[in-house]
Amino acid sequence: MVIALIGRELGIALVHGADTLAALLFFLVVTSLFPLAVGPSPAVLGRLAPGVVWVAALLAALLPLERLFGADYEDGSLDQLLLSGLSPLAVAAGKAAAHWLLTGLPLLLAAGPIAIMLRIEPGRLPALLAALLPGTLCLSLIGSAGAALVLGARRGAILLPLLVLPLAVPVLIFGTAAAETDQPRADLLLLAALLALALPLCPLAAGASLSAAAE
Amino acid sequence: MLQADGLAAIRGDRLIFRDISFTLAPGEALAVRGPNGAGKSTLLRLLAGLLRPAAGKLLWQGEDALGDPPRHARRIAYIGHQDAVKPGFTAAENLRFAARLSGGSIAGALAALDLVALADLPVRLFSAGQKRRLALARLALSAAPLWLLDEPTNGLDETAAARLGRLLAAHRTSGGVVVAASHLGLPLGRANELVLG
Repeated sequence: MVIALIGRELGIALVHGADTLAALLFFLVVTSLFPLAVGPSPAVLGRLAPGVVWVAALLAALLPLERLFGADYEDGSLDQLLLSGLSPLAVAAGKAAAHWLLTGLPLLLAAGPIAIMLRIEPGRLPALLAALLPGTLCLSLIGSAGAALVLGARRGAILLPLLVLPLAVPVLIFGTAAAETDQPRADLLLLAALLALALPLCPLAAGASLSAAAE
Repeated sequence: MLQADGLAAIRGDRLIFRDISFTLAPGEALAVRGPNGAGKSTLLRLLAGLLRPAAGKLLWQGEDALGDPPRHARRIAYIGHQDAVKPGFTAAENLRFAARLSGGSIAGALAALDLVALADLPVRLFSAGQKRRLALARLALSAAPLWLLDEPTNGLDETAAARLGRLLAAHRTSGGVVVAASHLGLPLGRANELVLG
């Protein structure tokens, strides 16, 4: 049944193609601004590349979060989802999975070419991508919990980044660190640990928030 | 089948209603009436398990109904005052998720509310009454025994209200239970009545 929910989310995303592509285009545009702003020198750009890719991916992943539950909350579909026989936790997990498929995965695929455009040292690229895989999953999980929490709040759109960005700081630290050292193993393991922590906790928090929002 | 015992609801700091008790046997219906703000929608959300009662119990075949909300959810089909349809989807696409969960036939549900001709039209082109009919088509998909309807006839013309009436009658004949709230008339036939406010 969670698969049916994810299928529904992908179907909605397909109909609203522009909304779906917005996060990816935002990522491409922001990362393209850096060579223009700091100059094309490979030494400077290559040093900045992992951080630029990570910060841009983090901000891009925030963009679709407000509508993740917001659209369903406003038109009454959230009640239908909560009454579909799925537990609130499963609804939240399905939504987080859809967010990753629609935002995290495209960012992950675009990150490689963008990092090369930013003259990343070729040896560092595998570690960057290996860190982005658990990293984007963490961002989808943390983001969905934040999106569920601000549901129904006034100025939720402003509250959401203030809530999610601090929680994403550990992911950012270990994610960039993995691409800036010759021994990325420790950082990748720490990212995996963060993912193992977020995987049960975030859907739990998001599910409880959804039930509270529906009251 | 469904038994409410001393239900009460508080929203914010305000007591919406208290001491609501009723019993519905298979085939029976309850028409909830009352002015705007009397708590009709609140009562339906409470019966659906979306809202926890401040006091009282809800029993389904003698067992506590709200202890396991996902299990209770499978027993009910809830049509809120919002239509819960996506404007970018066609009528048929809007029903796909509900159909996958219940295993019902989309074509049959569309036919039950006379929407076959509109099946492939995006819902943003629908009128308010057509959207309402699409929301009600979920009932025809559902195999759930308990139907909870919040202002089901809002925006419906007489023909559509009569179709809804036939749908409700068929559901009750097969042993289902209906709880419907409205400040207007309902195409329910013989029904128990609960007046709020």
